[in-house]
Amino acid sequence: MARMYHSGKFDCIVVGAGHAGCEAALASARMGANTLILSINLDSIAMMPCNPSIGGTGKGHLVREIDALGGEMGLNIDKSLVQSKMLNRSKGPAVHSLRAQADKNKYHVEMKKVLENTDNLKVRQAEVVDIDVKDGQVKGVLTSTGAYFEAETVVLATGTYLGSKIFIGDAILNSGPNGLAGSYDLVTQLKTLNIDLRRFKTGTPARVDSRTLNYDKMEVQWGDTDYEPFSFMNDTIEFKELPCWLSYTNPTTHDIIIQNMDKSGLYTGTIEGTGPRYCPSIETKIERFQDKNRHQLFIEPEGYDTNEMYVQGMSTSMAEDVQINFMRTIPGMESCEIMRPAYAIEYDCINPLHLKLSLEFQDIEGLFSAGQFNGSSGYEEAAAQGLIAGINAVLKIRNKPPFILDRSEAYIGVLIDDLVTKGTNEPYRMMTSRAEYRLLLRQDNADLRLTQKGYEIGLVTEVRYQKMLTKMKLIDAEMDRVTTTNLFLDALNPILDQCGTPRVNQSTKISEILKRSEVSYEAIQSIDLTRPDNLPRDVMKQVEVMIKYEGYIKKQLQQVEKYKSLESKKLPDSIDYSQIESLRIEARQKLNEIRPESIGQASRISGVSPADVSVLLVYLEHYRRRATK
Amino acid sequence: MEFDTIVAISTPIGEGAIGIIRMSGPESFQILDRVFKKIGNGTFEDKQMVYGQIMDEDTIVDEVLAVKMYKPRTYTKEDVVEINCHGGLVPMRSILSLLLDKGARLAEKGEFTKRAFLNGRIDLAQAESVMDLIGSKTKRGYDLAMNQLEGHLSRRVRGMRDGLMTLMGHIEVGIDYPEEDIEDVTYPEIVDQLEDLEKQIDKLLKSANNGKIIREGLKTVIVGKPNVGKSSLMNALLKDSRAIVTDVPGTTRDVIEEYMNVGGIPIKLIDTAGIRSTEDVVEKIGVEKSKSYFNEADLIIFVLNASEPLTDEDLDIMEHVKNKHAIVIINKTDLEIRIDESLINMHLNDKLILKTSMEKEIGIDLVEKAISDILLDHDLEINQNETVSNTRHIHLLKTAHQNVKDALGAANSKMPYDFIEVDIQNAIVNLGQITGESVENDLLDHIFSNFCIGK
Repeated sequence: MARMYHSGKFDCIVVGAGHAGCEAALASARMGANTLILSINLDSIAMMPCNPSIGGTGKGHLVREIDALGGEMGLNIDKSLVQSKMLNRSKGPAVHSLRAQADKNKYHVEMKKVLENTDNLKVRQAEVVDIDVKDGQVKGVLTSTGAYFEAETVVLATGTYLGSKIFIGDAILNSGPNGLAGSYDLVTQLKTLNIDLRRFKTGTPARVDSRTLNYDKMEVQWGDTDYEPFSFMNDTIEFKELPCWLSYTNPTTHDIIIQNMDKSGLYTGTIEGTGPRYCPSIETKIERFQDKNRHQLFIEPEGYDTNEMYVQGMSTSMAEDVQINFMRTIPGMESCEIMRPAYAIEYDCINPLHLKLSLEFQDIEGLFSAGQFNGSSGYEEAAAQGLIAGINAVLKIRNKPPFILDRSEAYIGVLIDDLVTKGTNEPYRMMTSRAEYRLLLRQDNADLRLTQKGYEIGLVTEVRYQKMLTKMKLIDAEMDRVTTTNLFLDALNPILDQCGTPRVNQSTKISEILKRSEVSYEAIQSIDLTRPDNLPRDVMKQVEVMIKYEGYIKKQLQQVEKYKSLESKKLPDSIDYSQIESLRIEARQKLNEIRPESIGQASRISGVSPADVSVLLVYLEHYRRRATK
Repeated sequence: MEFDTIVAISTPIGEGAIGIIRMSGPESFQILDRVFKKIGNGTFEDKQMVYGQIMDEDTIVDEVLAVKMYKPRTYTKEDVVEINCHGGLVPMRSILSLLLDKGARLAEKGEFTKRAFLNGRIDLAQAESVMDLIGSKTKRGYDLAMNQLEGHLSRRVRGMRDGLMTLMGHIEVGIDYPEEDIEDVTYPEIVDQLEDLEKQIDKLLKSANNGKIIREGLKTVIVGKPNVGKSSLMNALLKDSRAIVTDVPGTTRDVIEEYMNVGGIPIKLIDTAGIRSTEDVVEKIGVEKSKSYFNEADLIIFVLNASEPLTDEDLDIMEHVKNKHAIVIINKTDLEIRIDESLINMHLNDKLILKTSMEKEIGIDLVEKAISDILLDHDLEINQNETVSNTRHIHLLKTAHQNVKDALGAANSKMPYDFIEVDIQNAIVNLGQITGESVENDLLDHIFSNFCIGK
């Protein structure tokens, strides 16, 4: 042990500077708290150790929400993207999802710059080896070099570094991601705090040298030409676009993999961690879907200033020579050279059931956690939790109620409620299908849903807030206009003919016409004479969505109302469920373990039946009356 | 406190000539107005009975007396409606089902009391007992017998739910993994599958409307030669159980039909003795006629006279009983035994054979237990068809049916997939409430086991 020395006192200390840690530290500092962020290596701040992209289905929603609340991820990817694409454009507005390819190094550099230049924030390279907890209250952290930092609150965001092991064939290395040092002493200390740890696993494909690829044999993949920025603060962005490439595996590739199954860390039984089903390794895909004779691969650039190319779809824990052999069977990759091999990584994380919705530990006051440490996977999921943990660490110091988004307000709410209430048996990934009110939680209206809230807690800047208010006013005015203004019969019918929808026999309100799925805002532009000049695209979009899908949106709003009524019935933390005999035994145990904060949350716990919820309602009323007596 | 409107039958079914259906909640008056046609000049003053008819569109369901009780001076402190109708199973369930269609929700066990408590009507001391009442539902479980019937239903509903889940998984994988090498499901495919599922649910609902079990009960035919004790058996069973005396319109009085109640399931007892006594024809024809009942019966009780040797007629009946669910009763065991038991065993070796004496009231409990056991037996297919008998289930099925129709409408007008899916998901949720399964994990399991996705 290094000699200990006292190294200052902070309101909030963030352990780890990945995507969760960065958002947590920035939120805390921007809200005015004296903040310290610690990272094993400052060159790995906001590192993207896996895919070189931000966003995607569900994840893109998270980024927009982080941005709407005053987080950094959206702004940072807007500074560092090399390609952008709105996925699912052919489907409904609720599932449109933005995804950008990133220049990884630029993403890191830009984020590091922001951290370094944020007031109230200190950035330091250090490995945390102990969390100091006294009487159930966090007191500080100790580093491997003996620095003791006193803290009111601590946010753990250790990502895949905690107790991590790397697998490449039969090579098993005690290492963090990407050849960086892992964190091992902390594991022992967390265990002495009775924190329930388990092993999860994930993996990443190889990076290959662009000069050794033959792109003539691949399909080029460009992004959108009319791309949208991620951040609501940016109306437009400029960047030089880089292409991605598409190729496929073939039966020869599969044969090599099948013959070498014994050289996969996954199949030799050395890996004990649970991996995500939605991110299977190539050997898993081939083993499980034997009738598929090809799997697609996307070859994606890692940035402007590098020849490294990411081979999406090729995650594996095969031995290095086998990796080279099977990749060279792929069209365009016949003479490819590996720059970084694919690997599987196993790490320690917690059972998130033991967290509160604020992301504070149930049993350790002032200790928060976020990201992969909580059992999630993905940069965006991590960032979202980091933001919430950072906010709540500050609110905690100020004795203010925690900031909790519910399932009807944000994907962030769905993500955290899922983790904390239902738990997860595999690294948790956001998907649009997890959000039951997804028609309301669109990525296009994240600012309208959340910026007000972010402003109220002091995270959103005045500029951002005013921008949102202006947009809201324009939407209201436009909504008013289209529901009161007629389009004249003679002008209208030719347009309806063009759109292939039946004619009308009298002049009709713009809103009535826009309800038709065949008619778009653009289609009626020439006859919509009172339309304001320069009506922003996102204003039109909001109005169009609200009009076109009014019936569905109303239906969801009614469901939300029902949901909210149970959510608003708060359960006091002091309830001892084991004493409520009308509850079934399983329900009592689960309720005592998860300690739900509302009746609504209790109703989502597996093992709590509708009858148990009824019992809780009666109990709660009973409790309330006794309290007022 | 804000609640929706709940309804329940509040008198025991089949126990009285008059039944009461009670509704409570903010919409109870409107819901009553939607189905009630006043006769005469009564007015709905607070707690005044008004005479009229319950109407299902143009059809009269029952003649009733209805009362509106204005909040807050009611049991639940909400607007309450009580409908006094005829006490039979048919009118009560029909009215209940109609009210559910018009916007009420079926009350859970103890829910009226729960509301009374939550609205401050009853005091703290009663709270515990309310919780116990609610809790008892899951602790003691539903009626075993009902569970058995529901087992059949569940299998069928689960099948439909799986169908919807497959469709949803296919749509969802396209949404959440747009760049994977998976073909999107097409509109015609969605429409095809939804139409098929719509038909399946519709068919099941029709079986509910036909409500064989509700209306007619489990058809149990008592057969045997004259004077073996069929009528005595029937009377003994009815006396022992809670008889449901229902006047089923159009029922022929060729046979005597009565209802009994085993674990909540109505049992229709048919005594073929009636054939002979009313038509007064030769015995042979009596037996011929009872044969037609064999085919329709869910269960046969074959009664033999212990004091007489077996006749050709007995053997003839045995032939028909062989392949049916049947209980054999050797009655009159108080007299000298002349029947050849080994012969019975030979012909009906897989049947339960019981010995009774109606005269001395011996063994009637055994017969009851045997009926109930057979009812609980997994193998007993209720007339080969699943039947929905639980009003809550019917209501959920109807809602799911509407969801599927809405989804179909959306698919036909080529709404984006994520909108079609809202209604599919609702249908899955509603069907899941019948089978007790939740959506999310099932869906993910489905996606990950059927599609190859991931980086």
